[in-house]
Amino acid sequence: MSEQAGPDATIPAPVTADPAGPPKRPGPPPPPTASPGKSVTARTPLQLAMARLRRDKVALAAGVLLILLILVAVCAPLIAKLVGHDPTTNYPDGIDASGLLPVPVTPGPGFLLGADQLGRDVFVRTLYGARISLLVGMVATAIALVVGTTVGLLAGFVGGKTDTVLSRIIDIFLSFPFLVTALTLVALNRDAFGQPRISPILLVMAVISLFTWTFFARLVRGQVLSLREREFVEAARSLGASNFRVMVVDLMPNLVAPLIVYATLQIPLNIVFEATLSYLGVGVRAPTASWGNMLFDAQASGYYQTQPGFLLGPGIALLLTVLAFNLLGDGLRDALDPRSSRTMAKD
Amino acid sequence: MLRFLLRRFGYLVFVLFVIALVSFGLNSIANNNPAALLAPRGASAEAIAQIKANLHLNDPLYLQFWHFLTRGPDIRGTKSGLMQWPPSLGYSFVKQRPVTEVILDKLPATISLALGAMVLWLAIALPIGVLAATKARSLLDRVSTFFALVGLSFPTFLLGLLLLYVFYYQLTTAGFNVFPAGGYVALTTDPLEWAHHLILPWFTLALTEAAIYVRVTRSSMLEVLGEDYIRTARAKGLPERRVVYRHGLRSALTPVVTLAGLDVATLLGGAIVTEQVFGLDGVGRLAVLSVSDGDLPVVVGVTLVAAFFFVFINVLVDLVYALLDARVRVD
Repeated sequence: MSEQAGPDATIPAPVTADPAGPPKRPGPPPPPTASPGKSVTARTPLQLAMARLRRDKVALAAGVLLILLILVAVCAPLIAKLVGHDPTTNYPDGIDASGLLPVPVTPGPGFLLGADQLGRDVFVRTLYGARISLLVGMVATAIALVVGTTVGLLAGFVGGKTDTVLSRIIDIFLSFPFLVTALTLVALNRDAFGQPRISPILLVMAVISLFTWTFFARLVRGQVLSLREREFVEAARSLGASNFRVMVVDLMPNLVAPLIVYATLQIPLNIVFEATLSYLGVGVRAPTASWGNMLFDAQASGYYQTQPGFLLGPGIALLLTVLAFNLLGDGLRDALDPRSSRTMAKD
Repeated sequence: MLRFLLRRFGYLVFVLFVIALVSFGLNSIANNNPAALLAPRGASAEAIAQIKANLHLNDPLYLQFWHFLTRGPDIRGTKSGLMQWPPSLGYSFVKQRPVTEVILDKLPATISLALGAMVLWLAIALPIGVLAATKARSLLDRVSTFFALVGLSFPTFLLGLLLLYVFYYQLTTAGFNVFPAGGYVALTTDPLEWAHHLILPWFTLALTEAAIYVRVTRSSMLEVLGEDYIRTARAKGLPERRVVYRHGLRSALTPVVTLAGLDVATLLGGAIVTEQVFGLDGVGRLAVLSVSDGDLPVVVGVTLVAAFFFVFINVLVDLVYALLDARVRVD
C-alpha cells in the first residue's frame, strides 16, 4: 500500500496505521519508537489521514477553493466598498438612460455582472450570497450533527425501548415529504401583518436541521451498535466507567472520522436546500441577497435572457461551492478510511 | 406472510396518522379564517360567525382533527372526512372546490413528469454504469465518475434554468423555435405536444438523478461481477456480452430498481422544483401556490398524498424483496 508511506517515507507503527481499525482514545500520540539502524516514526491516525489527503490533488484544490470562498464571504463588505456598490441599494446608473424601465446594463467596469431588475449590482450581491449560503449550510449542519449524534448515541448505546422509540421517530421524520413540510413551516412564519415572526434565516436553518439530523442519528446509531460490543467498552466498564463516560470518552472519538465525512457531504446538500427554499420564495427574502432568491429574480424578471450574468453569477457560484464541498468530502472519506474504494484502486 | 403484511400495513397507517396529525396541527396555527373566505362578499360579522360555527371551526383542535379523519360537516355538498368513500381531504376555501378533486386534477402532470424522467435517467445511467464497471479504472470510468459528481452537485432548479436559457431562449432568438418556455399539455389532448412540453423538464430531472444511478449501477455491477457464478459463466465459455448482461446485470439491477421506486415515490408527491421552474401544473406547483395563498386544506392534502406515495411504495419494495429474495426473513 504505497499511500501509507509519506513523502518522508517513514514507516507507520502497525498499531496506529489503520484509523478505522483499532479503537482510538484521545490523548498524546504514542512516543516514537526507535529501532537501531532504522528510524521508525509512529504516526497518529490523524497524521496518516492528513498525509493521504495531501496527496489528493483534487481534494486539495477543492479545499483551497473553499478557503477562498470563505475569505470572499468574510470580506464581502470590503469588496463592496472597493466596487462602490452596496448589495441592497438600487443604482439608477444601472438603469438605462430613459429611466422609465429598469433595463439592466450590460456587464462593464461599473457592474461586473450587470445589474438586476432593481438596478442592484449582481456581482456584489453574489458575494453577499456566499455569506448566506455558507452560514446557513454550516450552521444547519452543525445543529443537525449535534442533535443527530446525541440521539444516535442514546438509541445505539442504551438500546431496548429507548432505541425502538427513537428509531420509530427517525423513521417518521424520514417519511415526511420534507419540501412540502418545509414550505408549510416557513410560510407559517407570518404574523397578522404578513411580517415574519422570527428571522427567516434562523427559520431556514432550523427547518433544514429539523429534516437532516436523522441522517446523522442513523449513522451514529449503526456505528455505536457495533462499537459497544467491542472489548475496549467492556474494559472501560470493568474499570467502573459510567454510561456517560463510556459514551463520551470511549465511543465519541471513534465516531469523529465518519462524522467529519458525513458533515462535509451534508453541507452542500444544505446549501442546495437553502437555495431551493429561497428560489421557491419561502427562504431568505429580498432585499437580503441569497443565490436562491437571485436566481428566482433572474427567472421571474426575465432579465437573464439579455443579461446572462444575472443567471450565471449566482448559478456558477452555487455550483462551484457545492462541487467543492463534494470533492473535499470524497477526498476526506478516502483519506480517513483507507479501505474505501478509491484508495484501493491506486494499488 | 400474512403477519408480515399486517405489520407493514399497520406501520403504513401509523406513519400516515402521525403525518396527518402534525400537518393538520401545523396548519391550524396559521391565522386565517376559512369562514370569511366561504362567506359571500360583504357578509356581516354575524353571518361569518354563523358559517364558522357550521364548519365546527370553534371546536377544540382534537375534535376538528377527528372530523377530518372521520366525518366532517358537508361543505357545499362535498362530504369531508378521510374515512369516507371516496376519501375526502376536505374543502379548499380559496379555490372553492374539494381538495381531492384539486389534487387529482394535478396528478397527471406530475405522473407524466416523474415516470418519463425515470425512463430517461435509467436509459442514461444504466449503460454508463455497466460500461464503467466492466472497464473499471479506464478513462471512461474516470470520466463518468467525474460527470456523476458534477451531476450530483447540480441543484435541480439551476440545471432547469440553464436548460431554459440555452435551449429555449438562445435557440429561439437564433430562430429555431424548438422548445416551449414551459407549461403542460395533457396527454389526452395532444400526445406530441405533451412530450414536446415535457422534454426539458424530463432532462432536468433525469440528468441530476442519473448521477446517483451511475454510481449505484457501477458499484452494484462491480460487486456482482466478482461473484463465483460469474466466473463459472465465463469458465463454461459464454460470450462476455452474455455474461455481463444476462448474468451480471440481472442481479445487479436489484438496488437500482429499489432506488428508482423510492425516487419515483418521492417525485409523485410533487416534483416541486422542476414543476416550478417550467411552470408545469402538477402537484408540486400546487403545493407551492397553496402555501403562498394560505390555502391550507390543500397543503395538508398534498402533504398526505405525498407521504402516502412514499410510505406505500416503501412497503411495496419491502414486500417485493421478501417475495424475490429468500434470504429476507418474513416473520
